[in-house]
Amino acid sequence: MAESNETLLETPLTALHRRLGARMVPFAGYAMPVQYPAGIMAEHLHCRASAALFDVSHMGQAELVGEDAAAALEQLTPADVKGLKPGRQRYGLLTTMAGGIFDDFMVANFGDRLFLVVNASRKAEDFALIEAALPAGVRLRRLPDRALLALQGPKAAELLAPMAPDLAGLSFLGVAETKIAGIPAFVSRSGYTGEDGYEISVPGGEAERLAEMLLALSGVAPAGLGARDSLRLEAGLCLYGNDIDETTSPVEAGLTWTIGKRRRMEWNFPGAERVREELANGPRRLRVGLRPEGRQPARSHTPIHLPGGKQVGEVTSGGFGPSLNGPMAMGYVAPAQARDGTALELMVRGKPLAARVAPMPFVPHNYAR
Amino acid sequence: MSETRYTKDHEWVRLEGDIAIVGITDHAQNALGDVVFVELPEVGREVAAGEACAVVESVKAASDVYAPVSGRVSEVNDALAEDPGLINREPTGEGWFFKIEPKDKAEIAGLMDEAAYHAFVESQA
Repeated sequence: MAESNETLLETPLTALHRRLGARMVPFAGYAMPVQYPAGIMAEHLHCRASAALFDVSHMGQAELVGEDAAAALEQLTPADVKGLKPGRQRYGLLTTMAGGIFDDFMVANFGDRLFLVVNASRKAEDFALIEAALPAGVRLRRLPDRALLALQGPKAAELLAPMAPDLAGLSFLGVAETKIAGIPAFVSRSGYTGEDGYEISVPGGEAERLAEMLLALSGVAPAGLGARDSLRLEAGLCLYGNDIDETTSPVEAGLTWTIGKRRRMEWNFPGAERVREELANGPRRLRVGLRPEGRQPARSHTPIHLPGGKQVGEVTSGGFGPSLNGPMAMGYVAPAQARDGTALELMVRGKPLAARVAPMPFVPHNYAR
Repeated sequence: MSETRYTKDHEWVRLEGDIAIVGITDHAQNALGDVVFVELPEVGREVAAGEACAVVESVKAASDVYAPVSGRVSEVNDALAEDPGLINREPTGEGWFFKIEPKDKAEIAGLMDEAAYHAFVESQA
């Protein structure tokens, strides 16, 4: 292990992870549980069958407060933030002037403020960028002392209902400020697994009590970053730094749906020129799903070739899907190779592995509509 | 059956007659997690001690498996293709990887014994 544990940050749940027997690894500067004794496969399958509890407290949380908060955020993203209704949450991208992706984020409208969740690896840069763009009267309030728990899986709603009856009524991407067993929480019906579930923000000091209560429910098991990664990949969801970054555009990444209709008429977001050009003339490359034949996984940075021919792209995320019971990957290829069913070769350790372009998600989403 | 010996790369090797059987240790399988795929060497391949000659893929990552001794690969465990989980369930038994006809059987005696391997694992923790 390259980093020593002394230099790593900890979440409010670190002691609990260790008690549960988690294997801790460095991730974005934090000591995080990659898996518990059950293992990634079992944790993943448990999430799809019942409910899994993830600690995602490393992620960046903040509030934007002020009359013009939505307009202020729109300076940095093509998302429609002004049109986001109270009680609703939305996925969006922070874009660079060159039309790359600075980060992806979730924004919720809690009526009197916007609530933001950003990637752990980008939070310092994101918050600095946002702060620098704020007009007088809008303030960014970082929330480093809050924990974030994700309860994910088809049984999440029925299991949580006795502790917080009002949460069962939330629809997908609905948010509520409520109490769970007396603990004040910002809750959204969302997640990063493709399953129904909730992300729950609570004061750090209350996080362990809440996590222990949730884990005590029959049907809830802890899951680590390993399962989180295989779940999100099966769900076709991007990982910042792998599948999207400052070099990839929203069009290339297949994330044009995050661009608000109004924003596509105003074209007043960073990188609008590139996005507009790519929407008109087509991007140079596209993010696609890939299904290798057989059981061998192809990992990130695996070159993608035409069958017996030249390289046309690279895998950005790849692994084995426990629910898919097979390997899966996503990567970028030229638009000519992006059609579903296109035969390609993945060069794994110098040997070609046959694969086909496949629709995503690899495993159907199971959201509460 | 001779005493099992161990490498710093967490392979085990055991002589049965003139043939060395190779696999990965329980510690290694536990660190890897659920194994989903193995790539085994070609039978007949000449390998040098320390040469990467198999790959084990878990849900999370791919890892190389090294030849503990020099020699010729005489057999591979075909059962792993159908059931790679054998490596997790029986790492030092049915989950073996390949067999080598060693050039020099004495090379095996030069590897760590069980006590030394345990001490090595402890020192890495």
